[in-house]
Amino acid sequence: MARSVTTQRKITNTVIAWFVGFLICFPILWILVLSFKTEADAIKTPIEVLRATWTFENYGIVQERSDYGKHFSNSVIIAFGSTVLGLLIAIPAAWSMAFVPSKRTKDILLWMLSTKMLPAVGVLYPIYLLFIQLGLLDSRMGLVLVLMLINLPIIVWMLYTYFREIPGEILEAARMDGATLREEVLFILTPMAIPGIASTLLLNVILAWNEAFWTLNLTAAKAAPLTAFIASYSSPEGLFYAKLSAASTMAIAPILILGWFSQKQLVRGLTFGAVK
Amino acid sequence: MATQNSRSAARLMMAPAVVLFLGWMLIPLSMTLFFSFKKFLPLRGDSLENGLEWVGFANYTRFVGSSSFWPSVTATLTIVAGVLVITVILGILLAILLDQPMWGQGVVRIMVIAPFFVMPTVSALVWKNLFMDSVNGFFAHVWRGFGAMPVEWLSQASMPSLIVIISWQWLPFATLILLTAMQSLDSEQLEAAEMDGAPVLSRFFFIMLPHLGRAITIVILIQTIFLLSIFAEIFVTTGGAFGTKTLTYLIFQRVLESQNVGLGSAGGVYAIILANIVAIFLMRIVGKNLDA
Repeated sequence: MARSVTTQRKITNTVIAWFVGFLICFPILWILVLSFKTEADAIKTPIEVLRATWTFENYGIVQERSDYGKHFSNSVIIAFGSTVLGLLIAIPAAWSMAFVPSKRTKDILLWMLSTKMLPAVGVLYPIYLLFIQLGLLDSRMGLVLVLMLINLPIIVWMLYTYFREIPGEILEAARMDGATLREEVLFILTPMAIPGIASTLLLNVILAWNEAFWTLNLTAAKAAPLTAFIASYSSPEGLFYAKLSAASTMAIAPILILGWFSQKQLVRGLTFGAVK
Repeated sequence: MATQNSRSAARLMMAPAVVLFLGWMLIPLSMTLFFSFKKFLPLRGDSLENGLEWVGFANYTRFVGSSSFWPSVTATLTIVAGVLVITVILGILLAILLDQPMWGQGVVRIMVIAPFFVMPTVSALVWKNLFMDSVNGFFAHVWRGFGAMPVEWLSQASMPSLIVIISWQWLPFATLILLTAMQSLDSEQLEAAEMDGAPVLSRFFFIMLPHLGRAITIVILIQTIFLLSIFAEIFVTTGGAFGTKTLTYLIFQRVLESQNVGLGSAGGVYAIILANIVAIFLMRIVGKNLDA
């Protein structure tokens, strides 16, 4: 990078970029602002809103009235449960495809990916029917299973691309030095695989947390995660802007923080390794 | 290096995943296919136990023949095309902008990416109420501030509003992928062109754009697959009214709201075929990448 940049140009870039970034991010900032205002103030003009007094009351009200805590824990259980379960199934599969590839490995990978292309609505009724038969409707267990299955292709793919980057020579070297298979896995492969597994976990928790087709269609009061809980605000009673904002803030804050850590993995995960 | 032993071990390790994928694909898909050839109205007493009447391709012709079919195809294509155009063009511009030297690049990046992490129901409801509401919404206040009549966005301009909401969610995705691709561009090539006196626009069209070609294709294909099955945004904003009923939403209504499972399943088969056409192209690109 030998290109010299004038300070003036750097200032222009900075100003434009910050302005654009602010504009794109504005709806989120506005949710945050409104969540700290009273209901009566929240519907005033933007300038009056900014001048109004700040309050924490909405957060208390949301928790009290609609049991936010329950939906939050549903979200946590469903997002982490489905991802961890998916990892348990995907790690051995991705592992063997990366280290013991056969002629069919590529076909199997593409076939797994193809299940991700299946439009969910095409199998909505069968799943709905199976859920009724198996008593899984409106249960966290059911959602853990479904979300695990829809994210499994991404999990396998991400792990595969990470595992493939572990050099095979290092294993041969270890073997020559007399390492046993157990030592190989424990002291060489596992430490090298952990970053990839962690990234996969992170991205898929985010995807499962925000999933809003199956969670809306397969849950009611009991197992509803935050996506479905927030949707209940679509038929509001009376003033609700501040409460909606508070509920929304609480629903997106955890994942915004996780998302911040996963920027890089996002690209790899969502393009199935096609862009790194 | 692979011995007979390790080969069978590898097969064993893959078995759970392969079995799950097989089950996940075959069981629901064959059920949908089965229902699509049957008359199945659970609310009128049809049930699997009593046996379902075979109606051949009647559901398929009825689904296509219904007055809501073509509007739903149009709505779906409008949303996909609208969002793609907006996100790809703005995504390229943003990627170029973010690639420039500046102060606080990391912070700007986070601000630009943030919308992607907002769950669809939150972003749709927030846009619908806090911004697009014609009485108390942010836009209504701004419009009144300029002495204009506030617009009822989601009924009067339902499609553009929906496209804006969905584009806001997907712009970060496009930007991030294009930015990643942009960063792999050899800066010396650009420098050389600059020194040779190539103007900004030709540097963009002859160096940057060709370099971004593959990334743009991937953005288009992946977004198309996700956009074809947009659901939550419509569910909480218009509920399929005002011409925003997409194919996905139409099938959802047929299957769960009016409980005409046979008809909805036929629609589902159409949706699967449509998605597969896009998928084939995406798989080719990804497959090629595997060989590299």
